[in-house]
Amino acid sequence: MVDMSVQIGRVSLANPVMPGSGTFGEGLDDVMDLNRLGAIVAKTITPEPREGSPLPRVVEYKDAFLGAIGIPNKGPEHFVREIASFYRQFSPPFVASISAPTVEAFGKIAADVSKPGIDILEINISCPNLEKDGKAFAMDPDATEKAIRRITECTDLPVWAKLSPNAGDAPTVAQAAEAGGAEALTVANAMVGMAIDAEAMRPRLGNITGGMTGPATKPVILFMAYQVARSVSIPVIGCGGISTAEDAIEYMLAGASAIQAGTVNFIHPAAMLDIIDGMEAYCRRKGIERVSDLTGALDDDEGMKLEQLAKSA
Amino acid sequence: MSEPAPKAAADLERFPVGEMIGTVVENTAVNDGYNHLVLDAPRGAATAKAGQFFHLLCPPTGEHTPFLRRPMSIYRIDRGQGRLEFLYKIVGGGTKALATLKAGDGLNIFGPLGVGFTLEDGWKHVLMVARGVGLATLAPLAELAAERDVRVTAILSARSPEFMMSEEYLRSVGAKVITVNDADGTSNVDDVERTVRGIVEAEGVDLLATCGSNRLLLMLQCLAREYGIAGQVALEQLMGCGIGMCFVCVLPFRTPDGLAYRRVCKDGPVFPIEEALSW
Ligand SMILES: Cc1cc2nc3c(=O)[nH]c(=O)nc-3n(C[C@H](O)[C@H](O)[C@H](O)COP(=O)(O)OP(=O)(O)OC[C@H]3O[C@@H](n4cnc5c(N)ncnc54)[C@H](O)[C@@H]3O)c2cc1C
Ligand SMILES: Cc1cc2nc3c(=O)[nH]c(=O)nc-3n(C[C@H](O)[C@H](O)[C@H](O)COP(=O)(O)O)c2cc1C
Repeated sequence: MVDMSVQIGRVSLANPVMPGSGTFGEGLDDVMDLNRLGAIVAKTITPEPREGSPLPRVVEYKDAFLGAIGIPNKGPEHFVREIASFYRQFSPPFVASISAPTVEAFGKIAADVSKPGIDILEINISCPNLEKDGKAFAMDPDATEKAIRRITECTDLPVWAKLSPNAGDAPTVAQAAEAGGAEALTVANAMVGMAIDAEAMRPRLGNITGGMTGPATKPVILFMAYQVARSVSIPVIGCGGISTAEDAIEYMLAGASAIQAGTVNFIHPAAMLDIIDGMEAYCRRKGIERVSDLTGALDDDEGMKLEQLAKSA
Repeated sequence: MSEPAPKAAADLERFPVGEMIGTVVENTAVNDGYNHLVLDAPRGAATAKAGQFFHLLCPPTGEHTPFLRRPMSIYRIDRGQGRLEFLYKIVGGGTKALATLKAGDGLNIFGPLGVGFTLEDGWKHVLMVARGVGLATLAPLAELAAERDVRVTAILSARSPEFMMSEEYLRSVGAKVITVNDADGTSNVDDVERTVRGIVEAEGVDLLATCGSNRLLLMLQCLAREYGIAGQVALEQLMGCGIGMCFVCVLPFRTPDGLAYRRVCKDGPVFPIEEALSW
């Protein structure tokens, strides 16, 4: 028997696999047993209801998704009343994802959703900060620290900060989130991109820019998870291009304590169950007793340089 | 990337929606540009309803590598033989890839998905108006109506007579079929409107159902309002997940609170006709 449980700050998860925010919904309850997941992560909500981005909202690539959805949601009150209460029937910890345009608004929405049935707050800081000319919080260590600190003052729930791969210096932002009181870091959100229709001379997305996700992004985000895990002492949750158990294990080896699967849920809706089963099978095959032993187990001695090779020859 | 094997929960009652491999029985050209796909898919056939769709994982070919699934209406549900049929127009990479499938090949399908057509108790006569491949979506409604002893009249509109699909099939389930086409000018909206009015006034109609044409939608919307008849329209939109998670496939609708986006995959694809906007 492999012990599949992992500890993320104060919270113990039955296994390390959960959906990425915005890539999960109650529709999956008709497809699979949601009680098998490590945690359930809701779509981001904002202080004011939003209808979301203009159409079209997606462009697909051979192994990537470029989407501009614009966080459609009905606000915190509806979330607590309808969405959180629906998920109370399931046993995995329920993670709310929140976003806001100012530090104060972050604190307020954190307080508004700290209600029974909600176990963890994941903070989507990849959104424009109206106090800094719309520059995303996650691009800016100072804004990140202030937002996370304000949130932790307003809630007793564990706070996970979800970083952006668009920040130039990921470890600095990660350390700022840790200093602000985050209990874990989700690495990472989508990579900003755009697509153009040359014939029409028009952007392909109604929103012009969008977030790139899916398998093509894995090398970039995997490295970011590796780098961040080495620069903080709180757990990292890997998220970017994970489609299989092997992808998930790579993130664990790089230093992640748990993982989120996003775009793959659109293609293989029960993929998270295959990921859980595959991780367990891998541990069994390798004689690893606890899946948590995979975290940071990468042997990252560099390959031998030519000079060393010359000496030993 | 190694594809995970499809995982469909065994308990159909508790988990009615799933990923499954259908086996191609036939995948043949109906006429220029349209294919008819028949799949052996007992699990899917057992639960599918008229107006629902499946999300197909089109197989990558050398030339085409569709990443997302492609939504296709169920054209026919054959519960007896455990088969699902689709009628699709070859338009881009996904449908071109689909067209390469041969009998015996497996196709990964996910479903059944979405809200289909509803027939209320006491309804006696359904009038369907389908344009082009929109017929694929409406055909199962004819069969559902026949099962419930509801009379069906179908107006099929197409570019030219050789594009007229499924006339026979609809007649075989007891529908009265009227065909109109662009080649002889019978399909222009004013003429179709006259025909619809004639049927409504002479025979009485309880449901106007449509798919495939913006102009027909607008016309039927007006008539539904004028005569106080229920209307249902099946809509299409570029789609992501197919089960309401990603909010890619939204369209604007009239709601009591003004215009709002709704998901074609989860809130539809069949919507009350008065709520739809023309596109
Ligand atoms: C619920 C639903 C049921 C459908 N049922 C049928 C059916 O029974 N038969 C059939 O032939 N088609 C049907 N469609 C449309 C079908 O899904 C698209 O034609 C198909 O996805 C195109 O894929 P492609 O890769 O061949 O083309 P692409 O290269 O993806 O696109 C070619 C063109 O079609 C447009 N397009 C792509 N996807 C869609 C879409 N989902 N809806 C509308 N336009 C799209 C693109 O914008 C582009 O202009 C249905 C769509 C929906 C949403
Ligand atoms: C359609 C879509 C919607 C998303 N919505 C959100 C969101 O609301 N909040 C958020 O923090 N991340 C959102 N994400 C990002 C995912 O949670 C995840 O970080 C990203 O998809 C990378 O993982 P992946 O490569 O496995 O998809 C969204 C992604 C997609 C594809």
